[in-house]
Amino acid sequence: MTGEDTKHLPLEDLHNAAGARFGAFAGWSMPLTYPAGVMKEHLHTREHAGLFDISHMKLFAVGGPGAAALLDRACPLDAGALEISQSKYTFFLNEAAGIIDDLIVTRLGDNRFVVVANAGNAAEDEKHLSALAADFDAKVEPLDRVFLAIQGPDAWAALARASIETGSLLFMHGVEPRQNWFMSRSGYTGEDGFEIGLPEADARDLVAKLLQDERVQWVGLAARDSLRLEAGLCLHGQDLTPEIDAASAGLMWAIPKEVRASGHFIGADALRSILERGPSQKRVGLKPDGRQPVRAGAALVDADGNAAGHVTSGGFGPSTGHPVAMGYVSTALVKPGTRLFADVRGTKIPVDVTSLPFTPHRYRKG
Amino acid sequence: MANTYFTEDHEWLRVEGGVATVGITDYAQEQLGDLVFVELPEIGRKLAKGDTAVVVESVKAASDVYAPVDGEIIEANTSLSSDPSLVNSAATGDGWLWKMKLSNASQLDSLMDEAAYKAHIG
Repeated sequence: MTGEDTKHLPLEDLHNAAGARFGAFAGWSMPLTYPAGVMKEHLHTREHAGLFDISHMKLFAVGGPGAAALLDRACPLDAGALEISQSKYTFFLNEAAGIIDDLIVTRLGDNRFVVVANAGNAAEDEKHLSALAADFDAKVEPLDRVFLAIQGPDAWAALARASIETGSLLFMHGVEPRQNWFMSRSGYTGEDGFEIGLPEADARDLVAKLLQDERVQWVGLAARDSLRLEAGLCLHGQDLTPEIDAASAGLMWAIPKEVRASGHFIGADALRSILERGPSQKRVGLKPDGRQPVRAGAALVDADGNAAGHVTSGGFGPSTGHPVAMGYVSTALVKPGTRLFADVRGTKIPVDVTSLPFTPHRYRKG
Repeated sequence: MANTYFTEDHEWLRVEGGVATVGITDYAQEQLGDLVFVELPEIGRKLAKGDTAVVVESVKAASDVYAPVDGEIIEANTSLSSDPSLVNSAATGDGWLWKMKLSNASQLDSLMDEAAYKAHIG
């Protein structure tokens, strides 16, 4: 499973010591579960605090007098309108308005931004952004950091006990609390929480402190996936791809109105014409009947057996206690309560279109 | 007297009077993680060695469990419908999957005993 090109986390020894079971994801050997198991890890995150090693994700510093203009070209964004410390969920789009990657951009200074990109797309993102940077007075620098997420209602208190104050930081804001640290109040679980990029030595110190706190335990990639799915959050490569646009994905909230109307981002023309004619499919939540999970790739049909769409993510929701899924269906079928059927190994499983998220978000917005 | 056999695919069979009770090993349930659903086989279904008999679903993925020998399904463990986690908590006991009537008992000779299986998983 782990070939020669597989990348290894800088803290892999800690995960080994914690008894992690590893698996391949986006070219990395990642801790999938720890001895507690996916179910307990998931529930622990919702009840206390889960610690995730997400160093497979990539941080880029984007700086220089043309940094905001570069980001406005690469993303459907008004980077100059962001307040310092404000974060924004956005995308790299291709000319057809397809989503190359979804990202979080945070403004750290007048001409300084940090971009957090997905592991699977990091190399392509860097190439893309660096190529664009040639036309702007801006520099793109990949940062060599360990990246940790601490998620759950006790996350802030656990950080406070580890001498990291988070008091005034609100959801979707990021700061540099120490040299070469980047900390934002954000995450991929639907819970209050933080993501911290920091040098390896500092990370070892922080992890040791956090794990002394009984409210904190390691949580692997398997529970990260079930947490984000319950929270209705997209996984690029499954729910978002370069063939899917933000309107179909139901993510137009991430694109400010003025930017939609007059932004000069790559894919702007294509996105405007998609908006004009309306997307033919839209992303929805799907709740399967009974206990059998419906997985990514399953075809969806309506009551008459006509093609209705397909599932892009699916599994079991440990907090909801039932299977959860999301996928794309024809625009006529997006109404919550619409009954569809998923083909699972030849059996038609009834699924209901439902609004997302499955578990309410508990972000600290103010 | 029941004899217990093991397969390379991490199944166990307890054979008594021409009927095998089949489940997955403790090692297998650990690899799969928390199970949330077991798709049980139909009674009366005839299986050839290697056919998919049962699908076990964890939070993350679905995995096939194959018939280790030829035979006919005579019983499925219906308590797994309400509590699939029995496979995790008691893989070789209450978490059994199905019972089958053997149609070619000589196939048992190619399976492993417990000592050989333990060596197989290292």
